[in-house]
Amino acid sequence: MKGSGLRAYAIAYLIFLYAPILLLPIFAFNSGTIIAFPLKGFTTDWFAQMLANQTLRRAFTNSLIIAISSATFATCLGVFAARASTRFNFPGKTGIMGLIMLPLVLPEIIIAMSMLVVLLAIGVKLSIFTVILGHTLICLPYTIAILSTAFNSLDKSLEEAAYDLGETKWSAFRLVILPLVMPGIISALLMSFTISLDEFIIAFFLAGNEPTLPTYIFSQLRFPKSIPVIMSLGTVLVVMSIILLAVAEYFRRRGLARTGQKDHGGFL
Amino acid sequence: MSSTRFDAEARQGLAMVSPPLIYAVLMLAAPLITILAYSFFKDGYLEVIREFTLENYRAVWSDPIFHKVMARSLGVAFAVTLATVLLAFPVAYFLSFVVPPERKALWIFLITIPFWTSYLIRVFLWKVILGHNGVINSTLTSLGIIDEPLGFLLYNVQAMVITLAHAYAPFAILPIYVALEKIDRSLLEAGRDLGESRLMTFWRVTLPLAMPGVIAATLIVFIPTIGDYVTPELIGGGKMPMVANMVQANMLALDNKPMGSALAVTAMLIVTVISLIYLFLNRRFLRVKQ
Amino acid sequence: MTDTTATASATKPPAPRKAKSANRYAELQAAKPMIECREVHKYYGDYHALRGINLTIREGEFFSLLGPSGCGKTTLLRTIAGFEDISSGVVLIDGKDMADVPANKRPTNMVFQSYAIFPHLTVAENVAFGLRRDPRSKAEKAAAVEEALKMVGLAGYGKRAAHALSGGQRQRVALARALILKPKVLLLDEPLSALDRKMREQMQVELIKLQRQVGITFVLVTHDQEEALVMSDRIAVMFEGQIAQLDYPEALYSRPVSRRVADFIGVMNFLPVTILSEDAETVRVDVEGLGEIDLPHSQVAAKGEDDEQPMIGFRPEAMSIFPEGQPQTAPRQNGAVIDEVVYYGDMTYYDARLDEVDGTLSAPVRISMRNVFGRDIPDVGTRATVGWSPSSLILFR
Repeated sequence: MKGSGLRAYAIAYLIFLYAPILLLPIFAFNSGTIIAFPLKGFTTDWFAQMLANQTLRRAFTNSLIIAISSATFATCLGVFAARASTRFNFPGKTGIMGLIMLPLVLPEIIIAMSMLVVLLAIGVKLSIFTVILGHTLICLPYTIAILSTAFNSLDKSLEEAAYDLGETKWSAFRLVILPLVMPGIISALLMSFTISLDEFIIAFFLAGNEPTLPTYIFSQLRFPKSIPVIMSLGTVLVVMSIILLAVAEYFRRRGLARTGQKDHGGFL
Repeated sequence: MSSTRFDAEARQGLAMVSPPLIYAVLMLAAPLITILAYSFFKDGYLEVIREFTLENYRAVWSDPIFHKVMARSLGVAFAVTLATVLLAFPVAYFLSFVVPPERKALWIFLITIPFWTSYLIRVFLWKVILGHNGVINSTLTSLGIIDEPLGFLLYNVQAMVITLAHAYAPFAILPIYVALEKIDRSLLEAGRDLGESRLMTFWRVTLPLAMPGVIAATLIVFIPTIGDYVTPELIGGGKMPMVANMVQANMLALDNKPMGSALAVTAMLIVTVISLIYLFLNRRFLRVKQ
Repeated sequence: MTDTTATASATKPPAPRKAKSANRYAELQAAKPMIECREVHKYYGDYHALRGINLTIREGEFFSLLGPSGCGKTTLLRTIAGFEDISSGVVLIDGKDMADVPANKRPTNMVFQSYAIFPHLTVAENVAFGLRRDPRSKAEKAAAVEEALKMVGLAGYGKRAAHALSGGQRQRVALARALILKPKVLLLDEPLSALDRKMREQMQVELIKLQRQVGITFVLVTHDQEEALVMSDRIAVMFEGQIAQLDYPEALYSRPVSRRVADFIGVMNFLPVTILSEDAETVRVDVEGLGEIDLPHSQVAAKGEDDEQPMIGFRPEAMSIFPEGQPQTAPRQNGAVIDEVVYYGDMTYYDARLDEVDGTLSAPVRISMRNVFGRDIPDVGTRATVGWSPSSLILFR
C-alpha cells in the first residue's frame, strides 16, 4: 500500500516524541526512590508528598495567578491587535505587527534579560507581577495568531449587515462578531494559560524570590531524592496541559463549524 | 477633503492597535533599546556609567571564551536544525499526502501536544534518561551489562543536540506541512503526466514548492535553539555554556550589564546575519507565489 | 427637481420604446423621487471612484446599476446605503439629505452579495435581527417573522440553523431579514451571482414578483446585462465611475448611446460608414456592404468618440438570412457569403460577409435566426440572401 513505509516512520517518530514523556507517569507511581528500571512497585506516596509540600503549594498558587492573569491580559490585547490587523489598513502596519509578533522568534533569554535590566534600573521590585508582565508579552503573539484566524474567517459584510439592520457599531460587534469569535477567544485563553503555566526562563529571572511550578522544579533537580516528587508533579502538569489543549482544540473546531468552514487542522 | 474615509480607516486602525502596540513598546522595544544603549556604556562598580564606549564590543570580539561559546552555540544549533528538519520532512510529507483529510487534525494535534507541554520537563527528562543514575545507566547496571555507569552519556554536546532536537521536533513539522498542503495536487499529476518518475516528480516539483516551508522550519528551529538557556544548564551541566548562559552570567553573576548587553547584541547580530544570508541563498524558492 | 427620467447623459436619449407595460411606466413617471443623487463624487485616496453621479430613482421602481467590475456600481450602492461617505455632492432619500445619517439610521436595507447570514443564529433569529429595538410584543414579532418567511417561500424554516441552508435559501433569508423592517429602499448587491443558472433564473422571476407585491423601491447592482434587462424598470449603465446611459431596458438595447454601451449589452455588429451629407431630418451615409442609406436623427447615437471611424451598428436579430433564391419580405436585401454556422438549438448564428458594389466582401457580421419548423439552415460556404430594414440601424459617429 502507498505510504506504508512513511506511516511506519511517522509512528516511530511519534513514539520518539512521546517516549520521554511516558516516563513521567511510570516513575511517578513507582515506589523506588531512584529513577531506574526495573520498576519496584506501585505507590501514590509521591503524589501525597507533593500535595503536602508547602513551597510547592505556594508555587502552584503563584503559577495559577500568573497564568490566569497573563492569559486574560494577552487575550484582551490580542483581540485589539487581531481585529486591527484583519480589518483595518493603517500606516506602518507591517512594522507595528512585526514588533508585536517579535517575541515569537526572539529567544526568551533576551526578553527576560532586557526586561530584567529595565525593571532593575527603574527600581521595580521583582514579584509575580513582573512575571505576569513578561508572560503577557510572550503569550500575545500566540493569541494574535489564533484570533486573527478567527477574525479573518468572518465575512466583513456580517458586521455591515448588523449595522444596516439598525444596530450601532458596538452592538453589531457584541451581537455578531463577539459570538462568532468566542471559540477563538476561549482557545487563545487556554493556549496562553498553558504557555504561561509551563514557562520557565522569564519566571526564573523575573519572579524574584517567588516560586512558580517550573522554577520550583528547576530548584529541586539538584536533589536526587526529590526526583520522584518532580516526576509526579510533571505528570500533573502534562495532564493539565493536554486537557487544556484538548479543550482549546474542541473550541477551535467548534468555531470552524459555526462559521461553516473546512478544517485545515492545527494551531499556527 | 478628498480622502476622508481613507484617513478615518487609518485612524480607527491605529486606535485599535494602540493598546497592544503600547504594551509591546514598553515591555519589548524599550528594554531592547536599553540593552542596545547599555552595550555602549561603561561598567562601573554596581552601576552603569553613561559614557559612550566601544570597549565592550572590542572585549567581546577579542574574547577567546566568547569565540568558543559562540562556536559551540552555532555548532549545536546547526546540528539540531539539520537533524530536526531532516527527521521532520518525511512526517510532514506523510501528513500532507498520505493521511486522509478527516484524520489530519488528529495527527497534527498528536504531534503538537508535546510541543505545548512544559519545555523544562522535557529537557529534564533527558537528564533523567541519560544521567549518572539515570534510566539507561541504572537499567544497564541492574541487568548486569555494565558494572560502572557510563559517563559519556550526559554533560556533552551530543547530549545537548539530542535533547534540543527532541524538544524542537514539532516546530519543524508544521511549516513544512503547511507548505506541502498548499501545493496544487494537479501539479504533481502534471509532473507524472509529462513523463517523470515518482521520485523525479518529487525532486523537480514537490521539493522546490515545499522549500518555503523548509526554510521557515529551519529558521524557527535555529533561532530559539541558539538562544537556549535550559539545556546547557541541565544537560551540559553548566560546563558547556552556550551564548544565553554567557549573557546571563555577565548580566547577573558578574554584574557587568554593559558587557552582557554587548554579548546579547553581538549574538543577535550574528544570528540575524546568518538568517539573512540563508534567506538570500534561498531567494529563488521564496519568490514562488502559489 | 424638474427632470423626469434620465439626467445622466449629456443629451437627451432617444424616446423609449415601452414594451413592458405602458401603465407601469406611466405610474412610475408620476411617482415621487425616492433616491436622488446630485453630482456625487467619491475618492479613495487618489482614486476617483465616482465621477459626478446624477440620477433620480422613483418610489416603487426596480432600478439596476449595470456595469463591468470596477465601474463604481457597488460603490454607488454602498454610498446610498451609507457604508461609504461621499467626497462631494448630495444624496437624498425620500427628500431627506443623507449627509449626516449613518447606515443604521437610513430607511434602506441591503441584501449582500455573500448574503451575510449570521451563522450562529437560526433562520428565525436572523430574520428577527433588526426587530431588537421594535416595541412590539414577542408574539407579534414572531408572527411578523413567520409572515416574512412565508413571503419568501420559507414558511416553517424558522428553527433551522442558518449555516445549513443552501445558497438559494440563504438568499431568501437575506430578503426576509431586510424586508421585515419595511425599508423605503431595498438595496441588492449582486444577489444572484452566487447561484447556478437555473436557480438564478427562478430567483429573477421571484424577485420581480416580490417587488411588485411589496411595492418597495429596489436598487440592484449587477454585472449581468441579461439579469438587468429581465428585471429592471430602468437601468443605469456605468463605466469608470460615470453613468454612460440611463434608460428603459428596451431603449438601452435598441438605442444604445455609444458603441461601448452597445458592446456591453448583448451583441452588436459594426460596419464602417462614410457620412455623405446631413440635413435637418436625416443623415445620408454610405455603409460598407449595405450601400447608401438615409437615417433619421433619431437613429443617430448622440455620443461620439471623436477619434473613431463612424460606424453603423445593428443587432444580430435585426437581419434575416435565407439560402440564395428563397423569397424574402425584408425591404432591403443583399447577397452574402456564409463563413460560419453555429447551431444553438433554438437559434442559429451565422457569420456572413455582405457583397460590396465593387465585387469585394464586407467585414464579417453576425446574424441570428430562430430555427422555425421547416426553415432550412444554409450551409457554410454557400451564398445567401440577407434581409434588413434601415429602421434597425444606429449610426455611431
